[in-house]
Amino acid sequence: MSENHFEPRIVGFLCNWCTYTAADTAGVNRMKMPPNVDIIRVMCSGRIDPEFVLKAFALGADGVIVSGCHPPGDCHYSNGNFKTFRRMPLLETVLAQYGIEKERFHWGWISGAEANKWTQLVHDFTEQVRTLGPLDWQHELASKED
Amino acid sequence: MPKLKLGLYWAASCGGCEIAIVELREKILDLDAAAEILFWPVAMDYKYHDVEAMPDQHIDVCLFNGAIRNSENEHVAHLLRKKSKVFVAFGSCAHTGGIPGLANMYSRQSIFERAYFDEPSVINVDKVLPQTSYAMPEGQVNIPRMYNTVKTLAQIEDVDYFVPGCPPQPPQIWNVVEAILSGKLPPKGSVVGANDKTVCDECKHTRQEKRIKKFYRPHEIIPDSNACLFDQGILCAGPATRGGCGALCTKVDLPCRGCYGAPPHVVDQGAALLSAAASVADASTEEEAARIIGEIVDPVGTFYRFGLPASLLHRTRIEPR
Repeated sequence: MSENHFEPRIVGFLCNWCTYTAADTAGVNRMKMPPNVDIIRVMCSGRIDPEFVLKAFALGADGVIVSGCHPPGDCHYSNGNFKTFRRMPLLETVLAQYGIEKERFHWGWISGAEANKWTQLVHDFTEQVRTLGPLDWQHELASKED
Repeated sequence: MPKLKLGLYWAASCGGCEIAIVELREKILDLDAAAEILFWPVAMDYKYHDVEAMPDQHIDVCLFNGAIRNSENEHVAHLLRKKSKVFVAFGSCAHTGGIPGLANMYSRQSIFERAYFDEPSVINVDKVLPQTSYAMPEGQVNIPRMYNTVKTLAQIEDVDYFVPGCPPQPPQIWNVVEAILSGKLPPKGSVVGANDKTVCDECKHTRQEKRIKKFYRPHEIIPDSNACLFDQGILCAGPATRGGCGALCTKVDLPCRGCYGAPPHVVDQGAALLSAAASVADASTEEEAARIIGEIVDPVGTFYRFGLPASLLHRTRIEPR
């Protein structure tokens, strides 16, 4: 890989019942998408502690996706996704205060039947993060100290 | 039995930790009977070269308070580590960065511009900024270099124990002193002088199920003294903060500010508090959630009030693109 070539590293936290199923369906159907998203399957998007997202950025992710079941009714545990839509807007504000561009963080809903929507998101989000360039948080911290 | 050799130092801190030691009151005489203080710049006239002249590991216990803000803080931290057998990060600033750590939301340059150019009470026509080195007729004058990023003590030196609190509460300090004197110290790296549960565990207020329609800042509401402050919509750091203080703030109906740091098993105190605050918003639609959550002013400053340097991201980006 040449030095100038940048491949975004994206971490995707997906709920087992909806978005992970969509990603799985996309894979089974051999739908084409960029290989930049590393998927971490969680049982519910309500299980995604904001700490996970911060840790992903701290350890080198260029972008993070959080995706679960459509509210109000799709959640396998009836209201886990309510926790998600209460936490994520606040996490967005926190990330903005940290100076991380809002285009590096996506949260939303993709049901098990929306494999197309998943592949589209992976395409669009990868390109969006590619345009921003590397985040490289650890290097960012170290290089600013003299 | 020879007296315990004690060293105390302040780096980037306010002096409250020293007051907390004086707050031992009559027990300070017991401390004096058991320990000999070799170095305490706030109270006694010792110089750095006195410490440099000591053999290595000469000090039995060094209580180091304050964050690492500049090159002098860091230099003395390395020096005292070398001269001490047991090196203790004492108080919130040394433990997690403390209030000085909030400066990690700014860069050195923006802090200097604010302090030396833009402050309404400052007149600085020639735009003079502090220089680390300056040639005077009498010779070269040097002052410490301020860092861009405030660090915790453990981020630059090997720390044996952590005593949290802003300031550490005197009864807890005494517990630590007794543990040191009796030689009953826990494993290296432990947090001492605190509990393993959260502040809520010690709080007098009664908790019920939280359904918050509106968040209040402390000055916007007169709280009910019996009900949980968080239940009433006041952002209280209790659920994301280690206990041990005796819930002093909530005792007088003020919300916990989080000075004892993250409870055990929590990596990022701010994220834990964010999670606690957001998930109790009583909203069943995305719009309503955004409205309730949107009322929280300055989330980073609130959730990381005492711990930004110790958080996962340490600081904000200096030049956001």
